[in-house]
Amino acid sequence: MAGVLREWLFTTDHKKVGILYLIGSIAAFAVAGIMALLMRAELTAPGPTITENPTDYNVWLYFHGAAMILGFQIPALTGFLANYLVPLQIGAKDVAFPRLNALSVWLFFAGIILALLTFVMPDPPDVMWTGYPPYSEITVGNTAFYSFTVLLLGFASILGGVNFLTTITFMRAPGMGWNQLNIFTWSVFAAFILQLIFVPVLGTAVTMIMFDKYLGTNFFDPAQGGDVLIYQNLFWFYSHPAVYVILLPFIGIVFDIIATFARNRIFNYKMVVYGGMGGILLLAGEVWVHHLYVTGMPDWLRVGQMVTTLLISVPVGLLFIGLVGTLYKGAIVFTTPMLYALSVIFLMLIGGLTGIPLAVASIDIHVSDSYFIPGHFHYVMAVAGTFAIFGGIYYLFPKMTGKMYSEKLGKLAFWVTFIGVNVVFFPMMMAGLEGMPRRYWDYSHFPQVEGLHQLMTVGAVFIAVGFFLALVNWIQALYKGQPAGNNPWGSRSLEWTTTSPPQHGNFAEIPVLSKDWSPYAYGTSK
Amino acid sequence: MGELIKHCAARMLSGLTLLGMALSSAMAEGRVETERVLPPEWQVKEEHVIPDNVAGWDHLWREIMIDITIIGLIFASVTLFFLWRYRRRSPDQEGSQPRLTAAQAVGWAVIPAFVFMADDFYLAAQGWSLWNDYRQVPEDRLEIRMESAMWTWDYTYPNGVKTFNELRVPAGKPVLLRMTSRDTIHSHWIPDYRVKEDSMPGRVTYIWFMPKEPGEHVVTCAEYCGHLHSRMKGTLIVMSREDFDAWYQEQGAKLQQAKAELSEGV
Repeated sequence: MAGVLREWLFTTDHKKVGILYLIGSIAAFAVAGIMALLMRAELTAPGPTITENPTDYNVWLYFHGAAMILGFQIPALTGFLANYLVPLQIGAKDVAFPRLNALSVWLFFAGIILALLTFVMPDPPDVMWTGYPPYSEITVGNTAFYSFTVLLLGFASILGGVNFLTTITFMRAPGMGWNQLNIFTWSVFAAFILQLIFVPVLGTAVTMIMFDKYLGTNFFDPAQGGDVLIYQNLFWFYSHPAVYVILLPFIGIVFDIIATFARNRIFNYKMVVYGGMGGILLLAGEVWVHHLYVTGMPDWLRVGQMVTTLLISVPVGLLFIGLVGTLYKGAIVFTTPMLYALSVIFLMLIGGLTGIPLAVASIDIHVSDSYFIPGHFHYVMAVAGTFAIFGGIYYLFPKMTGKMYSEKLGKLAFWVTFIGVNVVFFPMMMAGLEGMPRRYWDYSHFPQVEGLHQLMTVGAVFIAVGFFLALVNWIQALYKGQPAGNNPWGSRSLEWTTTSPPQHGNFAEIPVLSKDWSPYAYGTSK
Repeated sequence: MGELIKHCAARMLSGLTLLGMALSSAMAEGRVETERVLPPEWQVKEEHVIPDNVAGWDHLWREIMIDITIIGLIFASVTLFFLWRYRRRSPDQEGSQPRLTAAQAVGWAVIPAFVFMADDFYLAAQGWSLWNDYRQVPEDRLEIRMESAMWTWDYTYPNGVKTFNELRVPAGKPVLLRMTSRDTIHSHWIPDYRVKEDSMPGRVTYIWFMPKEPGEHVVTCAEYCGHLHSRMKGTLIVMSREDFDAWYQEQGAKLQQAKAELSEGV
């Protein structure tokens, strides 16, 4: 037992680091999910329901947002999936800096633990995951914990960025050219470019808040020569690209899953990589003002970024064409990971297309900060991303454990969750159009949305049941699953050519690849 | 296919034209008027029309909803068709997607990009011209100052009368709110008039709207402001011209009287 513990605590193996990331992020997901259930219970009726104290609700909401984004989605995608898959997909023995990798996962755990202290400290942070001043500086809530959590998780990301950009650039198997990379590996490359450029900006912003609140500086206090909007600009200068840090890897894993289960080549690979992902990289840093449409930014900046924001539909549209095109003349089979991956297409369609009205500044002047916004971003990022992560877990389960999960239970869990998310997040958008703002503990002056809220609470129960079923499935398979074999899906990609689970060092022999090798060499191109 | 390209080209062209018109209207203020002969459809209408932003918003919203529903249905139905048509029929069947030639590959990137951009520019132009309506305030207006605080809206009228959480305005006259905040950021949202903007310390922001029929509307805070954010509610009371004038005169007189009494006391 001590040996096992030692092995995991001091591991530098990218696969074990990846699994540590998975355990940490699923734990964050579960706790943040419980917060969501508490909020849904509170909102079943207008007025106080399960708590008389709005600050309780605000703390739940703070934790839900911060933990889901910083503690679950980013680490699950750029920590777990990237760590586990990238070295295997490029035929490397490990990442470039294995010990740095171990440091980054433990920084991540420190961040998660710091975030969890929310529930035991007096006056926990109630500043939402955005932490806007002046509120974050005048609240009695403990803003320092918010700042330190963000900083720790940010450091973990920066270290990961250095590591993965180096690994993908220099450690590809002999013969593997850039155009022979898996789409997922490309997406990790793109996501970490964004993290390296933009995370320091977020770090600066939350540090300035801490300085203002505890050390008496006045960066955001207009009475002392500061400006409240500087924070929002800095925050969204990171946090909009952060949406793509989540979107790129989840689209990447969906591409790989769909190609595997359609046994088909990626449709127009170069369009997907250079047009789709490259286009997002180019536009990511020029659209942040759409989060500030109603804050009194200069008009020219608002209409200017309305155009850039709308143009995001071009690269995202190319990614969609790539996804749908990959199904063309495929040999599609509907396994659990495939169902999750395909559902991402539909969730992203709803979420992405409802982003178009929000990109238009004059439409946003009405719906900004309404319930329409959480409805939209849950579809496009939260739910689509989570479904891709779950698809990725099912997809890699036989590789990670050498065992097979139950397809029956997996599909049941999928459908329960899929119905649940639609019952929650579609009515959420409708409540926004009725005029209800987000982050409300009590909606007494909008009695017309009570029915919608009750529907959403029912949906939330579905999601909880679905997640519970998935957990049961994984744990059961871990102990009682049938042996899966090295390549249960019949994939051509490198990670499936080695043993399940792969030994330390990944490959018995480092693969040497020819010029026309492709991870997607199915059918005619074999 | 040819029809589609033509349609998109037309849409993109009209988008660019509208974008240009919106730009010129945005820069209209302070522009030196030059005598030019324009075709009749390009001539700027001289009569002064106050735009109806509620109708404008609803119209653009409807247009965008139709637009995105069509795009969504196209993608969803193609996906569903592929899923049904190309399901695996035997265990070792493999996909047989044809390799694209270089021209096809470029075409599949450039043509869709062109189509999406056409739609983007079209919507941007529509959005921009509505934006101008939202930001250009009619000359003849009632100007009220609003100062927000945790968790109240304070309004100050031109004659010095103050109200709290109750915004009384006359029907049929544009109302301009100049907004700031005492403590943290709030957002003054009137859902029925499709308009909001943040109020914050150190800056003055504005919104305007056109009250139509007498009646009551909800004013609600849309920017998270702590403990009682969700209880930060106000009421917009639209009154008939006569009622408003009577109320306004009466409150003004009361204020004058109170001031006079106060100075007598001193």
